[in-house]
Amino acid sequence: MKLSHEQVKHIARLARMGLSEAETEKFRSQVSAILDSFEVLNQVDTTDVPAATHSIPLQNIFREDEAHASYPQEEILANAPEREGSFFKVQSILE
Amino acid sequence: MDYETIIGLEVHAQLLTGSKMFCSCNANYTEAEPNSHVCPVCLGMPGVLPVINQKAVEYAMLSALALNCTVSEYTKFDRKNYNYPDLMKGYQISQYDFPIGKHGWLTIDINGNRKQVNITRVHLEEDVAKLHHEHHYSRVDVNRAGLPLMEIVSEPEISSPEEARDYLMKLHSILRYLGVSTCNMEDGSFRCDANISIRPIGCKELMAKVEVKNMNSFKAVYQALEYESRRQRKAVKEGEPIFQETRGWLDEKGETVSQRSKECADDYRYFPEPDLPPLIIDKTWIAKIKEKLPELPEARKNRFVAQYGLLLHDASVLTGSLKMADYFEECVKLAGKERAKAATTWILGDLSRLLNASGTGIGDTKVRPEHIADIIKLTGKNTISGPAAKTIIEETFHTGKSVDDIINDKDLRQVNDISEIQDLIKQAINDNPKAISDYRAGKEQALMFITGQVVKATSGRANPVAVKEILIEELGGK
Repeated sequence: MKLSHEQVKHIARLARMGLSEAETEKFRSQVSAILDSFEVLNQVDTTDVPAATHSIPLQNIFREDEAHASYPQEEILANAPEREGSFFKVQSILE
Repeated sequence: MDYETIIGLEVHAQLLTGSKMFCSCNANYTEAEPNSHVCPVCLGMPGVLPVINQKAVEYAMLSALALNCTVSEYTKFDRKNYNYPDLMKGYQISQYDFPIGKHGWLTIDINGNRKQVNITRVHLEEDVAKLHHEHHYSRVDVNRAGLPLMEIVSEPEISSPEEARDYLMKLHSILRYLGVSTCNMEDGSFRCDANISIRPIGCKELMAKVEVKNMNSFKAVYQALEYESRRQRKAVKEGEPIFQETRGWLDEKGETVSQRSKECADDYRYFPEPDLPPLIIDKTWIAKIKEKLPELPEARKNRFVAQYGLLLHDASVLTGSLKMADYFEECVKLAGKERAKAATTWILGDLSRLLNASGTGIGDTKVRPEHIADIIKLTGKNTISGPAAKTIIEETFHTGKSVDDIINDKDLRQVNDISEIQDLIKQAINDNPKAISDYRAGKEQALMFITGQVVKATSGRANPVAVKEILIEELGGK
């Protein structure tokens, strides 16, 4: 399955990635190859196999509604690329 | 050509749990320091395992039942993928093809015209982080991320801004009765997005729909939809295209403006959330939740009419708010069922006026049901006059003093005792010879005038009915 140039651009836009024309072409062939690999699965006859959403046969796994202490602010913010006071700081996205 | 308006509403209500939807961080974030109710799960760190909050599921089941939905035997969570700085993981855990509830309805009522609005689905998801937009950047507070959020989607069957407002008020009231959400619109616990389009009457095809966001009150929803239906009609009339887009309501300007271009469902690349096993909801569980359903606004309204003989409109206003309905019933319990109408008059009249003028909620006022009950009882027994009662409720509203104390402080006890007022009556007769002769000549009004003079001389304490009776007697009958 060959992805079109536009499809790759569209996927990149959804991921908020700016790709150059050359990159778009590069990923077009790479992602197309990945999709082709998955195409192999379509060869299996699944007519009588019910649709599965999960790989482990579990159901109704809950926790009680109890609040526990969260992490210290400093630990939460430790990986912030940028911060302002106790806030994460990010580029504003207003299209 | 005449056009009709088609509106569908999406409501998001934060559920009133103690902890978040998929982790045990404290869900009460309103007063919290930024990013203090956060853990690796709600921060979206790799390798963490979310676990479903059972109470949130049960609240959604309760809401679905109250909205006449079928509760799904099988339900699961899905990942909705999109990238935005308020979404920590790059996907939101939501529900796609198997929501907790579907095919429900609620009844709206516009000036006595009842209409059923169908509800497509009720599903659970997680709230996103809060962004504070600055000029060139945004500050992110993750406290809100992961809060249990219930989405209730109506069918596009609402045909006017009035209907939309009533639908929201009914839904708001039901959720408050259930106690599943604070439903505070200002702080965003109860949010509404609307899809609105117009089409030529008789036409079956839907035209481009516009999604309107950022409406923070019932009034804003009404105004935004009113504005949008006018804007779309004008555009069509002038031959301009209507784009499928998201528009934000600007309250101060009273208009909607174009926001971002919306991604379509395919772009969200929904897939089953692999970290959360599906839920099987059996009949026993549903029955257990059903038992928790309280009396809902519609039923309570009908009961008020049947049990207390209230007017439908009054019953509707009283039961629109859970607190007000409880307040009313407390008054009736204290004052007696036969005084229910008087209680209604005080609550919807003077008390509501005082509450509205000061922006106070009925749960926060110093006027307690005991005060209302005392005022009703004392006016009924002629111990205080109507105007005195108004003075008392106002004073209680400001000070919270007991009715007895105010009556004593302000000397408001109505004088019903003949001897106390007889002297004043005699004096009034002497002072107003003209009025007396007018009355004797057949002018009824003259009698009212003298009665007024006597009541005034007692600073409003004399009972006008008693005064009038004595006057007629003194003047040798009619």
